Formats: sequence, structure tokens, C-alpha cells
Amino acid sequence: MGIRPVAISVDAPEVSRGLCQRRGYTFIFLSDPKAEVIRRYDLLHRGAGIKGHDIARPAEFLVDSARTVRWANLTEALRVRARPEQMIEAAKVLQ
Amino acid sequence: MKKRRLNWSLWAGFLVSGVAFATYFLFFAQFPVTRDFPWVNLLLFGAAAALFIVGLQRAFVNASSYRGRVSGPILTTLSTVILGFFCFSVFVESRHLPSAENAPQVGQKAPQFSLPDTNGKSESLSELLSTPIGAPSTQRRVPKGVLLVFYRGYW
Repeated sequence: MGIRPVAISVDAPEVSRGLCQRRGYTFIFLSDPKAEVIRRYDLLHRGAGIKGHDIARPAEFLVDSARTVRWANLTEALRVRARPEQMIEAAKVLQ
Repeated sequence: MKKRRLNWSLWAGFLVSGVAFATYFLFFAQFPVTRDFPWVNLLLFGAAAALFIVGLQRAFVNASSYRGRVSGPILTTLSTVILGFFCFSVFVESRHLPSAENAPQVGQKAPQFSLPDTNGKSESLSELLSTPIGAPSTQRRVPKGVLLVFYRGYW
């Protein structure tokens, strides 16, 4: 498909690595423990983590090779898994 | 006069409602299956309700054999408050997502960043957009785009 999925959360690299191993994910997971990039994308969800930590609200952005956002989805459902059908539809935008 | 028995069902109902509340935040919230809709904890609250129904029946209908005409209503009220607080925390408060008005919109540039991957290696957005996809043995091509998936994490 030619699109590189990249998952970002406040989880530390070790936590994401464990998640990838358990679930067999092969795509890239990035760690943003201080939520700096999350803030830059205005996705901060204050105190929503289990111990009151600041975390990201779920969102997906399809970015083309010129760094332009071509599709954005600020999901209302608090789930980790992105819906494959929606992403495939969005990816067609880049053909 | 016959000695009235301790109405253990009322106390068990109260205890189970406390367990139903606490175990969500301490344990079940860690797993998406039981976090996204707290069915286990709601089942526990259901069990607590059943215990209260039995206990209140014994206290009021079978008052000569059982105690609990004072403690029963008090414990039931407390457990109802616990259930109410639980429902508020899980269904209302956590659904309240911030508006993200300044998140990048279609047509805007995605902000630059540099973050470590699972091996601690730093990756920048530019690198992610320009580094070819695929193992060295297959046909490597530059990606058409990157899909950034921000998620809550597993804490």
C-alpha cells in the first residue's frame, strides 16, 4: 500500500516493545513520555491516564511526502486499534 | 425471644459493591476487553444487588429471625452511591474528550518531531517519510505517506 503506519503514545519504549511482541505488530511505535509531540498536535488529554497521567486523545493523521495532512480522524471512541477499512479509504487519497 | 441472626447478606452485598468498584481501577482497567465496557464490574454490582435483595427481604419480611432493619437501608444507600460514582467515572468522565481545536487539519503541514522507537532509536517525521519501506531483500520503495496513530497507551 505504500503507507507507513506509525503509532505514538506516552508509553515508554519497553512498554511498546512488549505490546508489539505480544500482539505481533511490525509497524513503528514511538514514545512520547512527556507528551511534547502530543501537545504539539493539540491532542493532550489531561489526567486521563490511570494514575492521573496526561495522555493522548486518540487521533489519526495521514501525512503525504510533502508533510501535508491529507486525512485526519479525531475518533470519539477510546480504542487503540484503528479501523482498517477507514484507513484504506483514506489511503486511496494518496494514489 | 428467639435471637435474631446476623444478616450477612447485607454486609456481603456492601463488600461486593466495594470490590466491584475498586477492582475496575486497580485491575480490570488495564485490559481493553474489560476496560472499554466494564462488564465484569457491572456483573459484580449485579451480584451485590442480589445479595441486598435477599438481605432486605430477610430484614423486613423475616424480621423475627434476622437483624438489619437499620443497617440494611444504610448499606444499600452507601452501595448505591458507590455504583453511581462508578458509573459517573467510567461512562461520563472518561468519555469527555478535549476538543483538539488546534490539531493539524487537512491541508495543513504536520508538525515536525523526533521521538524514540521501541529500541530507543530516534526517528524524525522527515525520516519516516523518506526512508524506504521493506526489508533489504525486497523491492524497497519510498512511502507514499505516513499514518500517524496517536493512542492512549496501556500505562
